[in-house]
Amino acid sequence: MQDAFVRAAERWPVDGVPANPGAWIVVTARNRAIDRIRREQVLLRKTELLARAEQLPEDEERAIPDERLELIFACCHPALAAEAQIALTLSLVGGLKTADIAHAFLVPESTLAQRLVRAKRKIRDAGIPFRVPPDPLLPERLAAVLRVVYLVFNAGYGPPVRRELCAEAIRLALVLATLMPNEAEVHGLHALLLLQDARRDARVAADGSLVLLDEQDRTRWDEPEIAEGRRALERALTLRTPGPYQLQAAIAAAHGEDERDWNAIARLYGRLAALDPSPVVELNRAVAVAMADGPAAGLDLVERIDGLADYYLFHSTRADLLRRLDRNDEAKVAYERAAALAPSSVERDFLRARRGAL
Amino acid sequence: MQYMLLIYDDPAVWAAMPEEESNAYYGEYMAFTNALRESGKLVSADQLQPTSTATSVRVRKGETLTTDGPFAETKEVLGGYYLITADSLDEALEWGAKVPSSKVGTIEVRPVVEYPVETPA
Repeated sequence: MQDAFVRAAERWPVDGVPANPGAWIVVTARNRAIDRIRREQVLLRKTELLARAEQLPEDEERAIPDERLELIFACCHPALAAEAQIALTLSLVGGLKTADIAHAFLVPESTLAQRLVRAKRKIRDAGIPFRVPPDPLLPERLAAVLRVVYLVFNAGYGPPVRRELCAEAIRLALVLATLMPNEAEVHGLHALLLLQDARRDARVAADGSLVLLDEQDRTRWDEPEIAEGRRALERALTLRTPGPYQLQAAIAAAHGEDERDWNAIARLYGRLAALDPSPVVELNRAVAVAMADGPAAGLDLVERIDGLADYYLFHSTRADLLRRLDRNDEAKVAYERAAALAPSSVERDFLRARRGAL
Repeated sequence: MQYMLLIYDDPAVWAAMPEEESNAYYGEYMAFTNALRESGKLVSADQLQPTSTATSVRVRKGETLTTDGPFAETKEVLGGYYLITADSLDEALEWGAKVPSSKVGTIEVRPVVEYPVETPA
């Protein structure tokens, strides 16, 4: 964006200050960027990036790969608010239309348009650099990029499912994996998204209600996508740099086995908790321990967790374990608490149905 | 580009500090200012006297209102600033993180408005 100021300095005394100098600068910067990209297309053919670029899905609208990495890091800069990072990434990197992004995140189009304008303005005015961060900053900045991609996928995973968001998140993860092949967590995230996405058709029943993993029709799982996810996970693991996304992907892969190794899953959650201590991870570990060692062991772990009093899955997990221990009165209370805290009617109906079945 | 590093901290925190600790901070400030100066990126810097020395002036409808104190009573107050040059926000943030008060307060990093340079006719 810097040379747009130079251009402005050169042109304005001659042409006069334009009516809307801000917009002119942004447009000029974009045109400059496009010119630069076109000139560098020739250069690109001569670099090793060509090999990687050819692995990307065919799409003429997509920008040149090496510019895209700089763009992704600029869009996900910590100086921008999280919602701005997501909107910008989807708009500038994903090429989604403002209306579609707004619709996907359930905000009015004008709100999202404003968010994009303000974010671009901040990039320009505050001097957010257009570059891949240097090594000392890279771990923290890459984590922010991966978080944005994960948030996009999560928003699309719902319920309700918004396929285009999940697909876009996976596409972004693939771009990152192609451009940063030596980053294990990038492959880890890519694997995680593929493995979760593979279950999308089995996860929600025709009436919109949730189908638990155990009860899912496995024939509706996307086997090629699972295979792709496993390959991505292998790529991650060969880099021998463990991380939270890789562990989550390994857990997702383990859940896909016909004979689930609950001890292994519990151990993976234990390792995840060591890297990313959070009550939610502890909750998931408790569920795995319950499957491996029985509901009493799981409930014991659940009751030791602090800070999830407002989280519906905490109460629904407790309810399920109490049910399995034939403590039905307590289970009913827990299901009702869970239903009251549920984020949407899909979960609420599911939990009330469970309570009713007791 | 030029950036202001605005230093906000809580005077109560400084007042409660044992002398060795505050002396250590002053030492860090001297080292930081020297490093900034040696890098050639320092434009200017000052520590401000405490907000108890501040006076606020407002002119409304032609009338000048002078009051004792800063513009707003806040817990964290403006204690000083560095005006620096930097090529990008990241460079300014890097300096901002090194300001000793970043450990106890907040450093606001704000770009200075730049006007296009007039080329002579």
